[in-house]
Amino acid sequence: MRIHLFIACYNDTLFPRTGMAVVNLLERLGHDVVFPMAQTCCGQMHYNTGYHQEAMPLVKRLIDEFRDAETIVVPSASCVAMMRDHYELMAHNANDLRMMEDVKEFLPRVFEFSELITDKLGLTDVGAYFPHKVTYHPSCHSLRLLHVGDRPIRLLQGVEGLDYTPMEGADQCCGFGGTFAVKNAEVSSAMLADKIGCVRKTSAEFVAALDNSCLMQIDGGLHRESNGKGAEGRIRPVHLAEILNSTREKPLTAESLAWEGATA
Amino acid sequence: MSVRVGHTAEKASFPILAHDILQDDQTRRNVRHATDVIRNKRALRVEEMPDWQDLRTAGHAIKTHTLLHLPHYLEMFERNCVAAGGQVHWARDADEANAIAIRLINAAAKQQANAHPEVIKVKSETAGTHVPLRPEVIKVKTMTSDEIGMNAALEKNNITPWETDLADMIVQMGHDEPSHIVVPALHKNRHQVRELFLENMKLTELGTEAEDLTQAARHYLRKKFLEVGIGVSGANFAIAETGGVVVVESEGNGRMCVTMPKTLITLVGIEKVIPKFDDLEVFLQLLPRSATGERMNPYNSIWTGTTANDGPAEFHVILLDNGRTRMMANVRERETLNCIRCGACLNACPVYRETGGHAYGSIYSGPIGAILSPQLNGMKHSRSLPYASSLCGACYEVCPVKINIPETLIHLRGKIVAADQNSITGKFSQESMGMKMAAHLFEHPRQYEAAQRMARTGQGIFEKDGKLVNLPGMAGGWTQFRDLRALPEQTFREWWKKNRANGQKGGDA
Repeated sequence: MRIHLFIACYNDTLFPRTGMAVVNLLERLGHDVVFPMAQTCCGQMHYNTGYHQEAMPLVKRLIDEFRDAETIVVPSASCVAMMRDHYELMAHNANDLRMMEDVKEFLPRVFEFSELITDKLGLTDVGAYFPHKVTYHPSCHSLRLLHVGDRPIRLLQGVEGLDYTPMEGADQCCGFGGTFAVKNAEVSSAMLADKIGCVRKTSAEFVAALDNSCLMQIDGGLHRESNGKGAEGRIRPVHLAEILNSTREKPLTAESLAWEGATA
Repeated sequence: MSVRVGHTAEKASFPILAHDILQDDQTRRNVRHATDVIRNKRALRVEEMPDWQDLRTAGHAIKTHTLLHLPHYLEMFERNCVAAGGQVHWARDADEANAIAIRLINAAAKQQANAHPEVIKVKSETAGTHVPLRPEVIKVKTMTSDEIGMNAALEKNNITPWETDLADMIVQMGHDEPSHIVVPALHKNRHQVRELFLENMKLTELGTEAEDLTQAARHYLRKKFLEVGIGVSGANFAIAETGGVVVVESEGNGRMCVTMPKTLITLVGIEKVIPKFDDLEVFLQLLPRSATGERMNPYNSIWTGTTANDGPAEFHVILLDNGRTRMMANVRERETLNCIRCGACLNACPVYRETGGHAYGSIYSGPIGAILSPQLNGMKHSRSLPYASSLCGACYEVCPVKINIPETLIHLRGKIVAADQNSITGKFSQESMGMKMAAHLFEHPRQYEAAQRMARTGQGIFEKDGKLVNLPGMAGGWTQFRDLRALPEQTFREWWKKNRANGQKGGDA
């Protein structure tokens, strides 16, 4: 299958390893991955912060950029939520019938990463190997807007050697919330402290999610808490795609997710 | 017009108010405990309902229909209320509503004094001097009266209001403000309440158990119910078809307040009208389970006009607009008026659960307050509230009348940004400039790629041991409380170009 990748601007810039994992995994499963180079951003940051006018051209050019794609994978649940929840509304509010048609034609081709693997490719076991204790944080947008349900859990449970441990208060927001994290930094951090408490309680080695934005928040909080201490006992946030890309031959290691030199 | 929502005009912004509360461990513990308890009870009582989603859809549909035909139903309510012996008054804003209430209270007090001159005489003799007529009212279940600042207006006009809902009484005794729509004194724990009772009820001793406190309150309030001849209440619903008014509650103090006084004045926001008595079937299932996690409220009072020798001889309804009509034109804004004030969104909200209600600077707090307060006052105040949310969606999930609060928050953010773009300070603010710059880069991939490279080179001055520290401007909010990884050595697209891009089309500009 030919699968077009929309990486999301922040994954592109801050989390290239997630994109690499998606590409390697899909190729391992026998698919061709296409990355349209002119893609940038889905418009979520602008739209959710109230810059609706500025978001509009970003939405239009994204749809344009993927006009020829049959199947689009997005390793960021909140970007997919932006597309499904707001694109049509934006077209409606702008009274733009052409855009409305475009959006209707675009959306059915878009799959969040875990949706692609389970629904489109029909897999729960992708042949991954990851002999670690892992918990899962259902990001709010994957949980309440996309309703991905237990798809990511089923995928984790399909990984050889993986010990999945559920998290108490899993449905509680990590406090990221896009620009909320800086506009209301203090409250955002108070929410994060609660989330970290829940993560720590699981005594997992890794916490997985479908959004690197939430993981960046959890990662930033965990790192600040453990300042000055060694890497021992540290919990590593990691995108689900990176776990599914881990194999016996090329395993994902905690060291590769360390802060120092954690680059491609 | 003087549309007013409590004290929103004088309050600091959400981040500033939240900062103080985040240091107050006692308040935070109280808020967390109370919201946990109610939230869990609600979950239990909602889960057992096989048709909960259908009920929510019905609640949304009834409210939507009513709001689309509001003048029709309000006039129907007026006709039927008057026919049953009630009197209906229309108030455009806070000042008008207060003026009507004061006029009605003074007239009723004068009439009651003339009917029972001995009461005034006894009072004068006890005080030893001439006591001018100072009317008193007992109040219950009227958050709307807090919206219009009724108590302050009454006191200014020599009328003494006594709050009789337990939580409202606690708030009044502490010269405090409500911090929750359903549980106004949620931020106080039992021991703090005990201190207030000891002082205000002039008690020498009082036990520490909940039963001791309720007994003290009962004794104290019973006297008020028997002595004070004028009542002011709110309403959960006003039924157009019958002219009836509904108050639901847990304590029975509301029942006292709406049956004991000779004169009853009920303040109703115009959005509280519902078409038919039968519509209560839906709302009396949705409201108690959402608000307190009960299958049914212990007290459901419904009264229609007046009845000879039973209950108040005089019954007035004040229908209040105070900014509501202005919200009717836009479908997204109108939906906010669906609210039946159950408070479920507050208990579910991870932001509210950290800060409690006072951080919102408005009597309407939590997610619903964040959209209702700024809209009522025409986006003049409470402008930081639409940003006091991580858009996690928990509020929408629990809302019994399906108000899409996250979507409304985003809509209001859009209005705020659009308005700011018309001012010099707003247009050239750090945020606005940054957003415009980012949008420009996202529209020009080559420049975007160049910016990615520049950020990587430029981060050196902020980099320390693989992390970025003390970032300037808005990003500083991040690094103040959390660490941030330094940008990786290559972006995804750079990796792709090196490893996969052979034969693929390149980026345009």
